[in-house]
Amino acid sequence: MRNDRRGFLTLLGGAAALTLLPAGRAAALDSDQAHALIDTALGEVYQVINAGQPPEQMYEQFEDIFVRYADVDVIARSALGPAARQTDASVLAAYTQAFQGYIGRKYGKRFREFIGSRIEVTGARPLKSFFAVTSVAYLNGRAPMEVEWHVSNRSGQDRFFNIIIEGVNMLASERAEVTALLARNQGDVTALAAELQQAG
Amino acid sequence: MRSLYQIGLPLAFAFATLTAGCASKPVMQDGVLVNDPYEAQNRSVHNFNKSVDRNVIAPVGNLLRSGGGGEQRSDRIGARDAVINVGSNLSLPGKVVNSVLQGRPEPAIKNLFRFAVNSTIGIAGIFDPAGEGFGLPEQDTDFGETLAVWGIPEGTYVELPLIGPSTQRDAAGRVVDIFIDPLNHVLNRDERMIALGLRIGSKAGERARFGDTVDSILQDSADSYAQTRLIYLMHRRHELGETRAEIDPYADADADAGSDVGADEGVIDPYEE
Repeated sequence: MRNDRRGFLTLLGGAAALTLLPAGRAAALDSDQAHALIDTALGEVYQVINAGQPPEQMYEQFEDIFVRYADVDVIARSALGPAARQTDASVLAAYTQAFQGYIGRKYGKRFREFIGSRIEVTGARPLKSFFAVTSVAYLNGRAPMEVEWHVSNRSGQDRFFNIIIEGVNMLASERAEVTALLARNQGDVTALAAELQQAG
Repeated sequence: MRSLYQIGLPLAFAFATLTAGCASKPVMQDGVLVNDPYEAQNRSVHNFNKSVDRNVIAPVGNLLRSGGGGEQRSDRIGARDAVINVGSNLSLPGKVVNSVLQGRPEPAIKNLFRFAVNSTIGIAGIFDPAGEGFGLPEQDTDFGETLAVWGIPEGTYVELPLIGPSTQRDAAGRVVDIFIDPLNHVLNRDERMIALGLRIGSKAGERARFGDTVDSILQDSADSYAQTRLIYLMHRRHELGETRAEIDPYADADADAGSDVGADEGVIDPYEE
């Protein structure tokens, strides 16, 4: 685990050094780096899946991976929709914190079905202002599934901000979920955060 | 054939609803184009489906799961998997017809060989030697896709009793699929009932296999109707190879407006929000 992290850091360091060369643009992301980011993140996910720890511990570790490889701020903000703009920073931060725990639990439960499976990263291409990394998930007794990752460096770091599984878009799905929860709480983001802490 | 009546009525209904939906205006919702003028009716059907799922389908699915060898991960094939395999094998001739109607010979030929291999060596489809040994996995298609290939618009979103999420185009496709299925013309009445039973059993088996996922969408979502609709539309459009709007949340952030920016081609860009 430590080795992998070191490897990832070295990779990032090397990537940063490389990107300094052309035109001096800081942290320009390219297809290879986007590809490598998802490869490394998946490696960590599978380490957790295959370690076979109790669910609660697994969910915490998924949350940790999510925080390190995903742009949690922008995902949480996007899920909240226009309401994010009217929410003050401290409330938004508390909501974001609750949101990342909810994601760790919700997707952590799904990942348990991935025991004995593998995901192969197949390619990466520029898309709009970001990169799309394509992969194929091979699950037991199921046709292979296309999984696409959207990676951006707009946060200042290379992070993924969306996962699209057979066309089903995580950001869209979470936006629908959070919007519905917000409506149920009469637009109160603090109450929404409290509910998210129990959800997932 | 007294079933002409049975064909004509649903067909007429299907095409009537198909044309009726064209008047409504789709809206961009959660990064996806949604055309749902019958939302109120659909929601009551959804509540019905949800309670059927909770009270009937999920318990049966759990029985299948515990009794059907869901947990054993051996080479031995569980009863549940056998039913799933036999049922999906029976769906292949209809898929061949659809691929031909779409002008796609390759999947038609693959499914034809798959059907031949699994019906014989695979013992009436219980086993899947075609997929495991011959590299012939099922090529999924239906008449809804055929209609899409022919350029028929998707129509409105509909949630069908017991069947679940659909669109007018897919609902019409489901009806037509019953009549163009070669098996329904070859088998006699009793055999048709058995085949139908097996295919329903196959669906129930799949529900059991993916039970946790279905539960999480149906029973754990804040608004399971909206969530089901969203997931169905995204997945179906992906299956049909229709372009989606990518979400660019970063672009949405820049625009700083309440409208659907970043939704131009269906990409979600959270940075642009």
